Amino acid sequence: MGVLSVSFALPLRDYHLELALEFDGVVALVGPSGAGKSTVLAVIAGLVRPSSGTVTLDGEVWQDSAQRVFLPPDRRRVGLVFQEYALFPHMTVRRNVAYGGRRDVDELLARFEITHLAAARPDQLSGGERQRVALARALARDPGVLLLDEPLSALDTQTKANVRGELARLLPAFGLPTLVVSHDYEDAVAVADRVGVIVEGRLRQLGTPDELLSHPADAFVASFTGANLLRGHATRRATQLTEVALETGELIYSVDEAEGDVDVAIHPWEITISSDEHQGGSAPNMLRGTISSIKPAGGSVRVRVGPLTAELARAVAAELALTPGASARASFTPEMTRLIRRR
Amino acid sequence: MRRLLIATAFFAACVVALSFLALPLVALFTHVPPGTLLHQLSNPVVGDALVVSAKTSAVAQVLILALGTPTAYLLASRRFPGRTALVTLVELPIVLPPAAAGIGLIVAFGRFGLLGGTFSALGIDVSFNQAAVVLAIAFVAGPFYVRGAIAAFEAVDSQLVMASRTLGAGPVRTFFRIVMPLARGGLAAGAALSLARGLGEFGATIMFAGSLRGVTQTLPLAIYYEFDVNLNVALAVAALLVVIAAAILLSLKLSSLWASSRSPSRYRYAITTSS
Repeated sequence: MGVLSVSFALPLRDYHLELALEFDGVVALVGPSGAGKSTVLAVIAGLVRPSSGTVTLDGEVWQDSAQRVFLPPDRRRVGLVFQEYALFPHMTVRRNVAYGGRRDVDELLARFEITHLAAARPDQLSGGERQRVALARALARDPGVLLLDEPLSALDTQTKANVRGELARLLPAFGLPTLVVSHDYEDAVAVADRVGVIVEGRLRQLGTPDELLSHPADAFVASFTGANLLRGHATRRATQLTEVALETGELIYSVDEAEGDVDVAIHPWEITISSDEHQGGSAPNMLRGTISSIKPAGGSVRVRVGPLTAELARAVAAELALTPGASARASFTPEMTRLIRRR
Repeated sequence: MRRLLIATAFFAACVVALSFLALPLVALFTHVPPGTLLHQLSNPVVGDALVVSAKTSAVAQVLILALGTPTAYLLASRRFPGRTALVTLVELPIVLPPAAAGIGLIVAFGRFGLLGGTFSALGIDVSFNQAAVVLAIAFVAGPFYVRGAIAAFEAVDSQLVMASRTLGAGPVRTFFRIVMPLARGGLAAGAALSLARGLGEFGATIMFAGSLRGVTQTLPLAIYYEFDVNLNVALAVAALLVVIAAAILLSLKLSSLWASSRSPSRYRYAITTSS
C-alpha cells in the first residue's frame, strides 16, 4: 500500500491551517465544523493551493512549494468523494462512473451493486445509492489515494447506519491510503483504524480510537471522544495515587501522575450510579449530585448527575429506579480517571 | 369592505395595464384588413429589408456567441478586483439610449473615429455599410447574451467542476462536458433575448449605418422609411416583427418548459461548499 505524505500551511479567515500527516490505511480526520478538515482534502486533491507545503504519494511529488511544483487536480491520482457526492446531474449513473475512465465500468457497477441503476440519473437515486455511485466514480480513475468528505452527513439516520457499515467493510478492502473527514467522532471511529482530531487548523492528536480514549492529548480531544470534563488541581501524594482537588471542592484520585492545574476526563460508561439512600460503597471517587436528566440512547440510558453524564445499561437503570430531581451518587475508579495537564 | 375595495383596485389596475400593453399590438393587425397586410409583404422594400436583417443579425449573433461565451465564463468563474466594474460595463449598453450608442460607435469605429485610421489603413471601412449594421447590433444586443450567460455559468455548481477536475478532466474537457451542458438552458435564453433585441435595433443602426435600401436598411428602419411613403407597408413590416418577436419568445418558453419536464430537479444539486 502507498503512503501519502502531506504537510502545509494555509492562512484561512480565522486562523492558520497547519498540518503534517503521513499515513497509509484508513485514517479519519474529525473536528468541529470550520476546523479546516475539508480544506485538507482540497489541498491533497490540488483544488486549493497552500502558500507553502508538500504533498507526495510514494515519492510521486504532487506539490512541493520549494521546488515550485504544483500539479493540477487532473494530474493527481486522487479519488475524491464530495460531501453531497457532486454527481453530474445531466449524466446517467453509467456515464458518471465512466467519466474518470480508466477501469472497467461494468465491473465497478457490479462491485457496488448498482448495475441495475446504470441508466438512472442522479436525481432518481436514494442517498445510499448516490454514495455508492460517487465511490465507484472516484475509484474508476484508479486513484492512488482515496478522500471522502463527510461521507455520511448527507444521509438520513436510517441510511447512515447502513452506509457506515458498508464503508467500514469496503474502505480497508481498497488497499489505498484513505482519508475520511467527519464532524462526528462515532462515524470516524466506525470507518477508520486511526483517528486524527483537528481543531482550529491544528492536528491535536492522531491515534487509534483506544489511544484517544486512554491517553487524550488535551481536554478538547477528551470531550470530543465523549468524556466528562472536570477542572481541578493535582498534588502528588506519598501513596500511588494523585490527589485532585476539584474546583467544586471534592477530592478525587487518579493513577495518572500530574502536578498543578489539570482537566479530569471520565468516560460516561466508566461511571456507576447508585441511589443516595444506599449507604456504604468503597469507591474512592464519588460525587453527589441531583439527577437532572435521564435519556434513553440505544441499548443504554444516559443519566446526568451533577456535573457528570453516566451511561448505564437499560436493565441497570431500571433496577435503580432513578427519577429526575432525586439525588444520587456517581462513582468511578482512579484507574479510569484521566488527568490532562492544562496549559 | 375595505378588503373588497383593495382587491377591486388591484384587479382594475391589472386590467388597465394589460390592455395598455395589448392594444397597440392588436391595432397593428386590425388597422387594415389582414389580406391587405399580407399583400404588402410582397413589396420589394420589405424583401430587401428582410434579407439585410437576416444577414446582419446572423453575423452579429455568431460574433456575440463566439466572443460573448468565453467573456461570460471568465467573468462568472473568476474573482478579481474590478470584476464588478467590468460586469457593469458589459451591462451598460442595455440601459444606454441607442442614439448615444450610435454616436459612440461613430466616434470609435467611424472614418474619423478613434480606430478609423487603423481601420482604413487595414482597408476596412465600417460606416454606412453592413459591417456597421453588424457592429451596431452586436453592441446593443450582445450584452443581453453576456449577462444571461454570466448568470447561467454562475448557476453551475462549482463542486461539479471540481469533481470533474479530480476525475482527471482538464479545464477544457470540464468546460465542454460539464459546464456547457449544464449552462445550456441559460445560454439559449440569453441568445434568444439578444437575437430578438438585435432584430429590433433601430437607433444605433440609423446613426452609425444609415438607412440605405438593400444595404443597411433593416426591418425596423424600413418601418420608419415607409411610414412617410406607404403606411400599409410600414404596418405590414411592424406586424411581421411582432410575429417574429413573439415566435422567439414562445420558443424560448416552450424549450425551457420541455427542459424542465425532462429533468425536474436540474439545480437540486446547487449546494454550498463545506468547511
